This record gives sequence, structure tokens and C-alpha cells, in this order.
Amino acid sequence: MKSIKRDLVIIGGGPAGLAAAVAAKEFGCPDVLLIERDRILGGILNQCIHDGFGLHRFEESLTGPEYAQRYIDEFNRLGVDAMMGTIVLSLDRERNLLVSSRKGFTKIEAGAIVLSMGCRERTAGAIQIPGTRPSGIYTAGAAQNFINLQNIMVGKQVVILGSGDIGMIMARRMTLEGAKVESVFEILPYAGGLARNIQQCLNDYDIPLHLSTSVIELHGKSRLSGVTVANMDENFLPLPGSERHIPCDTLLLSVGLIPENELSHRAHVTMAPATGGAGVDDIFMTSVPGIFSCGNVLHVHDLVDHVSEEAALAGQFAAQFLEGGIPSPDSHINIVPKQGVRYTLPQHVSGLRDFTLSLRVTEPLKDRAVWVRDGDRKVARKKMVRLHPAEMIRVKIKGEKLQNTRTLEVSVE
Amino acid sequence: MKRKELICIVCPNGCQIQAEIEEGEKIQVNEITGHLCDKGPEWVEQELVNPMRTIASSIMVEGGDFPLVSVRTDSPIPFKSIPEIMKAIKSSKAKAPVQIGDIMVKNPAGTFCNIIATRTVQTQVLP
Repeated sequence: MKSIKRDLVIIGGGPAGLAAAVAAKEFGCPDVLLIERDRILGGILNQCIHDGFGLHRFEESLTGPEYAQRYIDEFNRLGVDAMMGTIVLSLDRERNLLVSSRKGFTKIEAGAIVLSMGCRERTAGAIQIPGTRPSGIYTAGAAQNFINLQNIMVGKQVVILGSGDIGMIMARRMTLEGAKVESVFEILPYAGGLARNIQQCLNDYDIPLHLSTSVIELHGKSRLSGVTVANMDENFLPLPGSERHIPCDTLLLSVGLIPENELSHRAHVTMAPATGGAGVDDIFMTSVPGIFSCGNVLHVHDLVDHVSEEAALAGQFAAQFLEGGIPSPDSHINIVPKQGVRYTLPQHVSGLRDFTLSLRVTEPLKDRAVWVRDGDRKVARKKMVRLHPAEMIRVKIKGEKLQNTRTLEVSVE
Repeated sequence: MKRKELICIVCPNGCQIQAEIEEGEKIQVNEITGHLCDKGPEWVEQELVNPMRTIASSIMVEGGDFPLVSVRTDSPIPFKSIPEIMKAIKSSKAKAPVQIGDIMVKNPAGTFCNIIATRTVQTQVLP
């Protein structure tokens, strides 16, 4: 088996991997290798052909493929090395990788690693809807791949379960392609995706969004023939008498994303249950020295612009780590989510530098402030008009305010 | 006097904007509240008179390394012309290679926009 040594290995060539690779190379890391299992770079952006990407990063509204191309051009201009059609089979704490491609197996000894594998969709199996098991049930992203990349139409009469952004985007896409989208059902009392997608994907095409409602049974023998939906009580149990049958041949699921962390587990990286990703510090390093994590494998983002920004930092810190430019990690300040906060990222910091604190709230709120405190002392405060679990909140924190700090508490008040 | 609630689609903030309007021969917008930036009122005025959208879809490619090339309108188009523009997109075909930014359909349905490619599709190399 071929065996090689590389400085920085980046796993995954989606928006996070591309931004990390470009930033590391620009920082001066001479040897960057990106490993991608697909035959093209850009990841899921390739199938997101709608516009709305890049408003922060490029100050214009780009489609997914266009946004990806900006980074691919930069990647190629810098001459970053990529192994395409290659999958990483294993990774250990000493940063040894085993990869597989059509050419065979290769062992790689890496000086540092950036994990940027992205996330996958929660499937029908994961939410266990009673009833038959016919064809015609897809995750929204799988349907998006079929329609936008492979030219395969997945159905004519569609019900969508879950109001995540991909589900709403697919409601519009299927409508434009001639399908009839009956309804979008959301088990929670509020929508899971961005407000503007409710407007431009659902309201624009008169597609109703039913909140506190879910699919409780599937019907059909070989192909889906319909679903039973019902209103849900506060314990997510169907309200008797509210059941109704909706004929359809296709059910799309947009019921959440799961960071794809199999390799992180293999390397014994300590995970954060609230995000489903690795626990990291203010340089995006995991509990394993020299292994960094960024993008949707770290925590699921709502905007690719933020993925790129975060991943560029991870790539730069990984390059700095390789140079020996980072003092031995001492991220002793724990960040603890309190009232109204579902998670924070990073989970612990060194206090040596400024950083951006990302967080999500537990429920929709209006006119509140995000407080970051060290005991009774205010470290940062951000006033907000609207707070929503679907929208990640970012608060800039100054490192100089963290002298002698042991714990930072984050709350919504 | 009438109150209208709109969700701004300019950026991911998705501001819920309230507009006080008077409906006559021409819609007159009196007061706009709820926006976080200056683009909100501008968008609301346009939205109430003639809503505009950017549309993305794809076109079949012959002999490419992908069966489809993704496309979009190069500027927002009137909402009401979407069906006609989708028809123009669906009835067109392309031949590889296609470069990102190439004009695929010029002024569909009598509009001022063009349909442009949003990705590059190379000529398929047979093994």
C-alpha cells in the first residue's frame, strides 16, 4: 500500500473544506491536501441552484454553484492539491488516515487535519412514521439532487413534512417544474426555516404551511397513495378527531440535519451533544491536538456565508498550528448556555484572542438581549428585535475582557 | 387606509414589515415600519406595485459531463411573468461545453432579462 506524509489534510470539498484550504494556503502553509469523495468540488452547493447565497461574503445574491465556483477558482489559482473521488475510511488520534479511491488504498500521515465533512439529512427511518413502506418518500435534499443534477422528476402530487429551508426551497422548485405541492406540515408551532423562504417559496405559490401538524400515517402499496395528517398537542401527540387524509404520490422530508461525524468518532474526538458536532475552542481545535473542525460537521448553519467565514479561520489556525505558532492549547474558560440558549459554539476558549460566539435560542422571542456574563460582570450584550431558533446569532467577544475568567454564561433576557 | 404585512426577501433577516397603504388607481404607501435596513422600504414599494423575483432552474445539455446546466435570470423579473419564463427555459436546449455566465436564452417572454448559466458543463470525455 502507498504511504505518504502531508502537512495539512482537509476532509471534504464543500464550502467549508474549500474555504479552509484557501485560507491555509494563503496563510502560507506550503502543503495542503483536500480529499473529496465526489468527482466535483463544491459539495451540496452544486444542487442548490436557487439564489440567495453570498449576500454577506460577496454582497450579491448568487446561486449555490456560482458561490462554489468563486472558491473553486481561488482554490485552483493557489494550486491547492486535491484527491477527488476519494473517501476517507479511517482516522486516528495520531492523525493517520486510510483513504480509498479507484487507484487503491493510500495511507496518509498528516501534520494537522481539518474536518469539513458537512451533514446529512434525517431520514424517514429516523422519524418512524407508521403505515406502509411504499416508494415515493424522499428527503428533500435527495429529491433536490435527482431534479437539479440528474434530471429525474420525483413525483407529481407532493406533500412536504418539515419546514426546514430545503423543504421550502423544494416546494417552490417542484411547483416550477409542474408538480402540485399540496401542503407543508410542521410539527412545531413555528417554522423551521428562514422567514424569507416562507414568503418567496410558499406564499408566492399559495402553498399552505400548517404548523403544529404532522404526518401520522403513510398509505399505498408499491407507490405512496396518500398520507394521514393530524394536529398535534403540546406533547406532540395527535389530537383525536383532527385526522385528515391527503392524497399524494410523493412525500418530501425536511426534518433536520445531522453532522456527519463518523470519522470524528473514530479519532476519539470529544463530541458536544447539543450541536451533534465536535466540541471546539476559539481556534476550532477539537479535543484531539491537531484535529480541527468547521462548517456543518461542527454545527448546522443556516447561511453558507458563515460556514465560509468560520472555515477560513479553522484553516488559518490549522496552518498556524503546523508552524508551531500556537502555544499549547489552554482553553480553560468554559462557555455555558443558560436561560433561553440551546447551544453555544465554541464550547471553551483560551481568552487569548477575540472570537465570535455562535448560538441558537430555544424558542422564538421578540425584543430581547443576549447577555454574556462572567459571574455578575457583563462581557457582552447584543440587543435583538427578533430571535428565532432557525437563525443563528453571532456575538463578537473581546479576548481582553476575559482576564481571570473561568466561566462565561450566555443567556437571553 | 389599509395595513399590509410583508416578509422582506432581500436578505436572510426576513424582516416582518408593516405598510400603511391607500388603495386607489395607484397604490400609495404612507408609512413603513419593522425593517432593519434601508433596502426594506425600497423593496416594499416595489413589492406592492409590481413584485419582482429571481428565478432559477436548469436546461438540458447535450454531450456534457452533466445532463443539466443550472440557470437563473440575470436580474429580478416581474413575478407574473414567471410561468412564461419557465416555459422558455423548459423549451430550450444547450450543447456542451457551457461556461458559467453564458447567456442561454436572450430576453425570454419579451422581458429585459437574460437566462444565464450558473455552472460550467464540460464536454463529456468518453473513456
